Amino acid sequence: MLLYFVMTLSSHSKTIEVCSDCEVRSIKQAVDLADSGDTIMIQEGRYQESNIILKVPRVVLIGKGKVIIDANKENQAIIVFRAPNVVIKNIVIKNVPFSSTEELAAINILYSSRYTIENVVIDSTFFGILIEQSDSGVIRGCTISSGSSIDVYEATIGNGIHLWKSNYALIENNDITNMRDGIYFEFVSNSVIRGNYSYGNKRYGLHFMFSNDDVYENNRFEGNGAGVAVMFSKNISMHSNVFSNNWGMNSYGLLLKEIYDSEIKHNVFVHNTTAIHIEGSTRIIYEENDLIENGWAVNFIGGSYDNFFYHNNFMGNTFDVAYFGRVNNNRFEENYWNKYTGYDLDRDGFGDVPYRPVDLFTYMVNEIPETIVLLRSFFVQILNFAEQVVPVLTPADIYDPKPLMQKWKWSDS
Amino acid sequence: MLKIIGYVIKDLLRNRWTLFYFLFYLLVGFAILIFSGDFSKSMVSFLQIILILTPLIGTLFGVMYYYNSRDFIELLLAQPIRRRDVFIGQWLGVSISLGTSLVLGLGIPFLWYFAQYEVAGDQFVLLLLLGFALGTIFTGLSMAVSVSTDNKIRGFGYALVLWLLMAVVYDGFLLLALIAFRDYPLEKFALIATMFNPIDLARITILLKLDISALMGYTGAVFREFLGSTLGMITASFVLMLWVLLPFALITFIAKKRDF
Amino acid sequence: MVRFIEVNKKFGKLQVLDNVSIDVEEGIRTAILGPNGSGKTTLIKTLLGMVIPDSGEVLFKGESVLGKYKYRREIVYMPQIALFPQNLTVKELLDLIPKLRMQPAKYDGLIERFGVNEFMHKKMNALSGGMRQKVNLVLAFMFDVPLIILDEPTNGLDPVAVLELKKLLREEEEKGRTIIFTSHIMDFVQQMADRIVFLLEGVVKFKGTVEEILQETDSTSLEEAVASLILKSQKVHNYA
Repeated sequence: MLLYFVMTLSSHSKTIEVCSDCEVRSIKQAVDLADSGDTIMIQEGRYQESNIILKVPRVVLIGKGKVIIDANKENQAIIVFRAPNVVIKNIVIKNVPFSSTEELAAINILYSSRYTIENVVIDSTFFGILIEQSDSGVIRGCTISSGSSIDVYEATIGNGIHLWKSNYALIENNDITNMRDGIYFEFVSNSVIRGNYSYGNKRYGLHFMFSNDDVYENNRFEGNGAGVAVMFSKNISMHSNVFSNNWGMNSYGLLLKEIYDSEIKHNVFVHNTTAIHIEGSTRIIYEENDLIENGWAVNFIGGSYDNFFYHNNFMGNTFDVAYFGRVNNNRFEENYWNKYTGYDLDRDGFGDVPYRPVDLFTYMVNEIPETIVLLRSFFVQILNFAEQVVPVLTPADIYDPKPLMQKWKWSDS
Repeated sequence: MLKIIGYVIKDLLRNRWTLFYFLFYLLVGFAILIFSGDFSKSMVSFLQIILILTPLIGTLFGVMYYYNSRDFIELLLAQPIRRRDVFIGQWLGVSISLGTSLVLGLGIPFLWYFAQYEVAGDQFVLLLLLGFALGTIFTGLSMAVSVSTDNKIRGFGYALVLWLLMAVVYDGFLLLALIAFRDYPLEKFALIATMFNPIDLARITILLKLDISALMGYTGAVFREFLGSTLGMITASFVLMLWVLLPFALITFIAKKRDF
Repeated sequence: MVRFIEVNKKFGKLQVLDNVSIDVEEGIRTAILGPNGSGKTTLIKTLLGMVIPDSGEVLFKGESVLGKYKYRREIVYMPQIALFPQNLTVKELLDLIPKLRMQPAKYDGLIERFGVNEFMHKKMNALSGGMRQKVNLVLAFMFDVPLIILDEPTNGLDPVAVLELKKLLREEEEKGRTIIFTSHIMDFVQQMADRIVFLLEGVVKFKGTVEEILQETDSTSLEEAVASLILKSQKVHNYA
């Protein structure tokens, strides 16, 4: 029975070739001809087509040489509808139009699990890759850009890779720029985002909503309008990512909002206005991260419990920690703070007096923003020093009892 | 005037004051780079030296050198040399000597460090330039104070008070003002207030490099426009240049009316 | 050559120069006399532009000196107190001043005459008062300028040097130089001055030749004449 099944597969599958002087001249034509298991081989050339709808499972759509599908600002380029196990590879898609009513994408996958999208270049598009209610797919090695680096209104640009209600995805080694959100997850669980480079997007480099049990690692998020936002989710592992150059008043290296039971390890946060913004987030472990030359390294807004910072390096940040609200058992321990000026007379590697990362000036700047012009003023340093010795206005319970004297060296993995 | 500048520089070299000052900076420079552990921490220490110490040393030197060379100044005034040139020449001579000591004294340790580690050189160069400017401004202001009084003690006193005002007290009052009028829009006031103090101005200029990440977090439109673009850097440098011209005008004006 | 016209100067409440009008003729030696604090040095300094008169004018070769500096190329001033950078050697100083004035100077003969060549490489602060005064004189005579102003040139000089100075002054006059000097030593003035200006508390009490002052005060020596002028003015004060 099984053998018969395999045989019918192999005997029935065929390859349909598409080119300007082939028998089949358009991709649409090829898609109509394709049966389950067929391969559509597109030869080098420019194809002015849109609204190519794949409805048959196990079809492989593959470009040979430089294949450009130009949607000519008419419609979406490729739609996969109720067709599992489809592969789309080695093509370039261009000119997908903006629409104020629909989310038009270069590739739109609906109700089709186990999809593979590989080495696809998408340029000048509204949405890039839009996955809806399709599990267990792979998006790998794609390059996505809206094509307009100029400052256009956020709403006229869509997301790069957008997943909605689609679990078990693997998003790997993609480059995304000039989109609204680089990667957007809504109701996406048990997925992995790895090795992507998401930069210069108008809003977030990565945007998570209601997505649990996900891992993202080894990604670079750089110069995005608002950084990276992880919201309303549980059990997220964030490892070995780089968050850099996210500048602006509402811009964060990493924005955590309503996040529970997650781990943040081996990440580098450099040159962000706020490196980590923590709001209503609980039971999160921050371990072995480097926070370098950010405006605010860590910004606590109320309602967060049991956050634990351990073995992180805080170096050259304008403000190490801004803290508002109650202490709520949020703790800092054995971190390296390069602003620490205490001594280690007993030579145990820890400073002899605790470090208070919330200084008076942080408090002042929050109360009266204009006082920022006094940043690093000698007078302010005197005030800060006095406050360190006798905390009056700053929370006395936020401190690192064992500040490291040397920068912490990360453990392997 | 060039001859007077040249003479003053030679005189300071002979006095070993410049050498002392240079060695002091050299020592401090190496100490900071070796003991502070990482470069961003060193930069903060260097910043404080540039903002506090350089103006202080400029102030002390300006007063000291003026009163020590009173006799020579009288001799110069009897020569066919423009009165302004005598004083401006003295000022620039002292400033150039001090500035060179600063640049070499901190620059050498930095180059040594730079050869070993990858660090931002532009920030440091900006810091040295600002140090040079602040030293020049404060040497000039203290000389203007000295020229206006023959009483050495009084001259020293006034000049030190001026330094203290600019380096510490001014920011205290500015902070008080910002707290007292917190319910009003203060953005413009805060920015303009920093323009009236060269130390604040130098501080803001370096902040634009060092703390731009934090400054970009600012809500106010004026701040964003000023701090977020090259406009801030250009304005700050321009006003700092004006500050260098102030001692020039003051010294010329005071010297013109004085009897010797 | 030099005209002071109704020059007034106050230092605080003290009237240092009171309506001083003097003409200094070219090619002769004029001595300015007066007790300490009578305004001699201040008067000289108004000519040099170092002291700015409250009112009146100082003309050099018919032009006001106020705010100008180029005219000083034609004047050499020897101050009363040696105003030198103390850490220079004599030679360095003698080379420095011509550079600053941008004028050539010849001092080889002068340093021999005053014996300065013996300490050319000593620093100024290692010299005695007399040695400094000799350096001072070399500085004053080493330029080829029409007007030389000497403030108390005999201060601290040994008799041999004073003799040399007198000789030098006569030579300079023969060369057509104009010389203005102040001195306390009446004997020196009597021998060296063609004209005398006597200042007392900022007021010109006498101007004229030595003969004229002797005649006017009915005195036999300049010392006597000056003393009588001082006494006369004190009487006036007492009556008033």
